[in-house]
Amino acid sequence: MRFFLIPALLVAGPAIAQDRVLTVYASDYVASEWGPGPAIEQGFEAICDCDLQFVTGDILPRILMEGEGTQADVVFGLNTDVTARARASGLFAPHGQDTSDMSLPVDWTDPVFLPYNWSETAFVYDATRLETPPASFAELLDAPDDLQIVIQDPRSSISGLALLLWVKQVYGDEAGAAWEKLAPKILTVTRGWSEAYGLFTDGEADMVLSFTTSPAYHIAAEDDATKVAAIFPEGHYLMAELAAQVAGTDQPDLAQAFMDWILTPEFQATIPLANWSLPAKLPQADWPQVMRDLPRPATTLFYDEDQAEALRQPALDEWQRALR
Amino acid sequence: MAAGAALSPGHAVAAALAALILGTLAAVAWGAGGLSALTGWDWRAVWFTCWQALLSATLSAALAVPVARALARRRFAGRGVLVTLLGAPFLLPVIVAIMGLIAVFGRNGAINQALEAVGLPQVGIYGWQGVILAHVFFNLPLSVRLILQGWQAIPSERFRLAASLDFAPRDIFRHLERPMLRAVLPGVWLAVFLVCLTSFTVALALGGGPGATTVELAIYQAFRFDFDLGRAAALGLVQIALCVGALALARRIVVPATFGAGMDAGPGVTGPPGWRRGADALVITGAAAFLLWPLLAVIATGVPRIPGLPGDVWDAALRSVWMALASALLSASACLALALAIARGAGRWVEGAGMLPLIASPLVLGTGLFLLLRDVAGPQQMALPVTVAINAAMALPFGLRALIPAAQALQADYGRLAAALDLRGWARLRFLVLPRLARPLGFGAGLAAALAMGDLGVITLFAGDRPTLPLKLYQLMGSYRMEDAAACAVLLMGISFALFWLFDRGGRLDA
Repeated sequence: MRFFLIPALLVAGPAIAQDRVLTVYASDYVASEWGPGPAIEQGFEAICDCDLQFVTGDILPRILMEGEGTQADVVFGLNTDVTARARASGLFAPHGQDTSDMSLPVDWTDPVFLPYNWSETAFVYDATRLETPPASFAELLDAPDDLQIVIQDPRSSISGLALLLWVKQVYGDEAGAAWEKLAPKILTVTRGWSEAYGLFTDGEADMVLSFTTSPAYHIAAEDDATKVAAIFPEGHYLMAELAAQVAGTDQPDLAQAFMDWILTPEFQATIPLANWSLPAKLPQADWPQVMRDLPRPATTLFYDEDQAEALRQPALDEWQRALR
Repeated sequence: MAAGAALSPGHAVAAALAALILGTLAAVAWGAGGLSALTGWDWRAVWFTCWQALLSATLSAALAVPVARALARRRFAGRGVLVTLLGAPFLLPVIVAIMGLIAVFGRNGAINQALEAVGLPQVGIYGWQGVILAHVFFNLPLSVRLILQGWQAIPSERFRLAASLDFAPRDIFRHLERPMLRAVLPGVWLAVFLVCLTSFTVALALGGGPGATTVELAIYQAFRFDFDLGRAAALGLVQIALCVGALALARRIVVPATFGAGMDAGPGVTGPPGWRRGADALVITGAAAFLLWPLLAVIATGVPRIPGLPGDVWDAALRSVWMALASALLSASACLALALAIARGAGRWVEGAGMLPLIASPLVLGTGLFLLLRDVAGPQQMALPVTVAINAAMALPFGLRALIPAAQALQADYGRLAAALDLRGWARLRFLVLPRLARPLGFGAGLAAALAMGDLGVITLFAGDRPTLPLKLYQLMGSYRMEDAAACAVLLMGISFALFWLFDRGGRLDA
């Protein structure tokens, strides 16, 4: 058995050919053939004379566990709602980029965590099944109880946590009451985004918690315009994904080069159609047509990481009380 | 030298297991600088976890008895295939099973569409009833297989003797079947109870909301969001305490069945004629429909897309197969050593250690191993070996449940003969143990392979750039490719099942 296993363990791709390796910890979906990973890897290797290796999985718990001994040079795919703890670990170094001219709907002054894409959380519905979708958050709360939605658990999912903060920002102290009104319309709560979206595409639910940019995939890749994000005048909560370089990296030049590359037009142009989200620094005129055509919310809601961290537990208690 | 006092490989395996499970827990607690207090929500999770597991286990075990009996006493064309197929749900990766259940029982599923067509109200799959339904779907097959093995362990001579004595079905039940069930059922119930205790994705997807929070979710949250190792370790301890409690409970009601040795010669058991034949047919058909329909629904959606799956899905599949094979071999060897030691009267702690992996959270285990080994090797090098080891350990209790009764019977029936012939070591293994235990061993190895194939737990914490097939499935979903994901699910299901079939069939070659 050992004899057979060893080759299997050594299949590491073209890694051996290069001396300099940049190890990037990334979210699960990144490195897959349909994620942004392959384009990022190819693009960076063309300019760095190095080998970029993605290591996918749960980034934050892993890097906190590894601490100073981590092999990561860069992390790719953290989210604004959980960076407080990442920052407190002191494991990350400043990115050194000019963030004054971003295409984000909020000002970005963070010296450590650098956004590379964004969108907003939104409820997506199938226009062929739902003829009169709720046009506002208030209408969603007042909708008849046979309108069934699927959401993600804020204790196990980033997007579920974003919904929690979205409701908190819209309803403030009334958030608990809002959840109680929403509760009968919640078909079920899933562990993560994948399960929820699967239930939606199977026709189990009328609406699913996803992102304002989700319909772009269906339009561009499947030529299907029936999946629509409902835009609410109350505003939508921002989801931005962030990169950061590891302070203790043994490849500081490479890590810095990677951070320098993230905001370049070449990199940013790969985001919309591979990540199905909006680029963090690219004029709207350079977005693919499908992204420009998407309806955009007038208001973007956002908590900075300290507010998000402070609100998380009370909002979670409220949510659990209303939904149990 | 008394056989029971010897320090056998079984004792070594048990000690290693206990060290693995308890040692990793200690490592997590130590890494956290102590245990953290549990919140009120945690205790609610403990409560929900317990009652749904109790209900799920009781229903699964109770429903499995008539199915196993019908299968044990009837012979029909395709019976062997059906017995194997009925095992499929237990081998399914959770996400695939949920897909299948929803295709049949969901709001938009076949049953509700039929109900709607005839103007009847819909039935709901979401909420606690969905959790129970899914757990019975998962665990009924396991229970049927374990109980069926109990029936097959009764030497066929006993049934022929009963027939020649003109026993009515009631007498057969009292003298042959009831003692067997007394010996087998508590273990089956316990195994299912423990599986349901650590349930996580099922409870969330079908449970409907925070009311269906399990301890495993609380552990996940402690890691993923709070990075509160102390709370994770405390919750891990709660899980272990529940396991030990359930184990003690099950041990109190077990009475080993003793039928004596048999030649297993001649024709097999035949069931009573008359209305019972019809009832058995009904039971078998009902179970088959309940268990196979959801699988067929998944197959129907996914199969057409399989040829279009991209190359790296096949790479992931191959990688998963190697890991599953390594895991099966490791698990079966450890299982055999443990079962033989238990049959020779090793202490209760040996059996307890064998059941420990069921209750241990794979997340606690993985994290603990990581903390222990991080100075020895990088996570990249550890990812695959650690996943193989954890999967082998997680599958061990199921194989053990199947193996212990057979190993005990072997010891009781042939132990003295083997001692008199001075049959020991390799010769004993080759001429006595392996042939007599081939069936449960093949079954256990098959389970281990299939479970390792579908596992998506620790791998998310450790994965390098070489994903396994279940991880690939989630990546496909994460890239909005739901149809490819369905095809990937069918592939995953097909491979899991083929691996199980190969091992299980291998164990029954002589039958």
